[in-house]
Amino acid sequence: MTEFTLNGKAVQTESPDDTPLLWVIRDELKLKGTKFGCGIAQCGACTVHLEGTPIRSCSVPVSVAAGRAITTIEGLDSPPGKALKLAWVNGQVPQCGYCQSGQIMQAENLLANNPNPTDDEITTHMTGNLCRCMAYTRIKKAIRAASEEM
Amino acid sequence: MSVAKNLPNLSRRTFLVGTMNTGLVMTLGTVLPGCSQEQAALEFSGGDASATFSPAVWFEIDGAGAVLVNIAKAEMGQHVGTALARVVADELGAAWDAISIKHVDTDPKWGYMVTGGSWSVHTTWVQLCQAGAAGRTVLRDAGASLLGVTPEDCTVADSTVSAGDQSITFAEIVRNGDVSRSFTDEELAALPIKPASERRFIGKDTAALDIPEKSRGAAVYGLDVELPGMVYATPLIPPTRYGSRIIDIDDTAARDIPGYLKTVVITDPSDTIQGWAVVVGESFPAVMNAAAAIEVDWEAGETAGVSEADILAEGARLAADGSTGVLVVDDGDVARARAQAASTHNATYRTATALHFTLEPQNALVEFKDGKCHIHAGNQWQSLILPYLAKALEMPETDVILHQYYLGGGFGRRLFGDQMIPAALAARELGQPVKLVFQRPDDSRFDCVRSASVQQFDASFDADGALTGIEHAAAAGWPTLSMAPGFLAPGVDGNGKFDTFSISGGDHWYTLRAHRVRAINNPLAQKTFLPGWLRAVGPGWVGWGVESFMDELAERAGEDPIAFRLARLDAAGKNAGTSPNSVGGASRLAKVLEDVRERSGWGRELPDNEGLGVAVCHGQERNMPTWVACVAHVAVDPDSKEVTVKKLWQSIDCGTVVHPDGALAQAEGAALWGVSLALHEGTAFVDGQVRDRNLDSYTPLRMADAPELDIRFMESTETPTGLGEPPLIPVPPAIGNAIYAAAGVRARDLPIRI
Repeated sequence: MTEFTLNGKAVQTESPDDTPLLWVIRDELKLKGTKFGCGIAQCGACTVHLEGTPIRSCSVPVSVAAGRAITTIEGLDSPPGKALKLAWVNGQVPQCGYCQSGQIMQAENLLANNPNPTDDEITTHMTGNLCRCMAYTRIKKAIRAASEEM
Repeated sequence: MSVAKNLPNLSRRTFLVGTMNTGLVMTLGTVLPGCSQEQAALEFSGGDASATFSPAVWFEIDGAGAVLVNIAKAEMGQHVGTALARVVADELGAAWDAISIKHVDTDPKWGYMVTGGSWSVHTTWVQLCQAGAAGRTVLRDAGASLLGVTPEDCTVADSTVSAGDQSITFAEIVRNGDVSRSFTDEELAALPIKPASERRFIGKDTAALDIPEKSRGAAVYGLDVELPGMVYATPLIPPTRYGSRIIDIDDTAARDIPGYLKTVVITDPSDTIQGWAVVVGESFPAVMNAAAAIEVDWEAGETAGVSEADILAEGARLAADGSTGVLVVDDGDVARARAQAASTHNATYRTATALHFTLEPQNALVEFKDGKCHIHAGNQWQSLILPYLAKALEMPETDVILHQYYLGGGFGRRLFGDQMIPAALAARELGQPVKLVFQRPDDSRFDCVRSASVQQFDASFDADGALTGIEHAAAAGWPTLSMAPGFLAPGVDGNGKFDTFSISGGDHWYTLRAHRVRAINNPLAQKTFLPGWLRAVGPGWVGWGVESFMDELAERAGEDPIAFRLARLDAAGKNAGTSPNSVGGASRLAKVLEDVRERSGWGRELPDNEGLGVAVCHGQERNMPTWVACVAHVAVDPDSKEVTVKKLWQSIDCGTVVHPDGALAQAEGAALWGVSLALHEGTAFVDGQVRDRNLDSYTPLRMADAPELDIRFMESTETPTGLGEPPLIPVPPAIGNAIYAAAGVRARDLPIRI
């Protein structure tokens, strides 16, 4: 059994230790905002926070979360997180939307540590997150807008 | 799937607007609060749900004034529901904040269901304008009657009918008025559609209705759906798409995996799914682990040894043989131009296999209940897959219901729903709901890929160096031949049939003295894989050859590439355009080209190793032209030859732009798709299979390589055409032409490797 904190609540799972965290979050704990994309930590659709740091939950075993705090898009309510969610709407960012939870989770970590990133810093931080609709122009603009809003 | 605004359903009375046979019907339905659309439709049809009477309820207004617009198109990033609802709301005279949308499940009442081809706004425009106008007319007349004035004295706006200082809301009219009426097609056509100057929503910006839930992880995609008692499944796919057969399955090792249940061999009466098995378990990790542990012995189909080089060689052989293919264009006398040519110029353009790589892998959740098969999955072409499902399940089509969700990317992959078949067959065999999800490498292996292609261009010149004719042959696997052969078109000389989706763009708007285009099916491609429609479809690769070759011809003529094109965009003869879709013809293409020439600073001095390149297109189809001109600015590293796209300019004329910001988003995405297909994407068949199956080696464009974009839409009140794909088309050739300007190297293969 693995116990951890998910969006501030204590949760537990009976799944084997090597079960990818993604599936525990999605299918056992029923938070569907975190997505399955490539399965090899290359697209970023499954990005969640482990103690505030973005991880690719498709490739991290649930045992890694034991006794620690996991945050998903549903529970992201930090000041940068709120600013990003608002900027995503104001900037009309999502197209199909499938990657956007991961994009926001990745971007939150940037703004949490660097409230005023340069365009290059945004690009470097975000380039591991694939947007198949290629909404990159708006993602970048919205991160900039959220940074200014904070 | 609906995007609702929690408007209370205060009244049992609901004003329903829909089509029946060939006309439009307005009526009052007595709809219980919270009742389903199906019940509403049944009420609408007078309780007669027979197949010959199948009204489609386009929109309805309840007694609280809430307007629900039913959207029969898939939402996969285009915000299509917002655009279509804007059209209805504008003509209806509704307040925008009264509008909700619902993406509907399959039902014969919706008519033909397909979302693709950049068709959605274009093909529904007249119908939705007329439905809105008819609703407005009925509400105005009923409102006038309640107010005791004549309809002519009334205006309709903001969900209110007003006459002088009196007014009455739609809600009050629905509750108290007589709104039962029907219109014939003739009456509909005669209804006053608003002039563009009076539109309040069309062409004005608004926030897309689907974006808030997509910005907080709340949007529901097919992958997110669950049903009580369901089991998880993933397929074991064979070495070839066709002709493989399972000899033996050994799941001994899988039996030790907790949660593994069993492996089901799929026998598909529709023959779509050949040689598959499905691994079933209590969780997705369990089935993934089990799938890795199970040994399957397959007898492979005949294409197990086919390579990309084999497919391209076959395409080249066919394109070079003038006797092959089906005639698509035959203007003037190309053979004579060739025979009398003082000189010629020939080139071969090729594109590699490309993947859809929708970020949401293919999946389907299937449940049999009360004699019906319920399939939960995002899909673009319900009317295509339903007959396949009916055949596979040996059930009537009307007993198979596709429940629609958001699509985690479509790009044409979800035009086919082949993954639904093994999910449904397994669910029936197991007697419980099955949620089948593809693992990424399998999703890539059995993607309906964009076929590798070969195009041969042969140009003839007279003694003065004037261009006298072009012969163009294009060979590829044809999606339509495999999946929807009824849509093949006859050759212009009456001989043979061709896939318009594999040659569109060859029938361009340049005036040439002689022009011949042959569409050629590559049978080796056809039997090795299932060719698919990939965003921008035929024009997405045909345009690569057409517009790169135009640049070669301009250079040969010693002319500026834009001047050379403009000279041939004279809107003469067949290129004059016709009403309503292509009013102005090639002159509109010339206009966007002139516009982008000016905005990009064409002809200016650039640093060494940098260049500008141009290309144009007419969108997806000649009879639905979206006029796009593109200039690309690239830099080529003189040592590494690495290409950097610095900026793209586009000028676009798609007629009336219904939802401007949504249109811009589509153009931005499509343009970057063009960059991705030009430089970053592409795979190859090796041993009958797609080589690059995941992001470790298939590498779509990332943020770091996205160029600056400068996109402009031309002011227009013409019929709206299409937008999701056309801005992709000119990007690869504009980049290739810019590379030539920068480095003097002519790229003829996609992806570009110089």
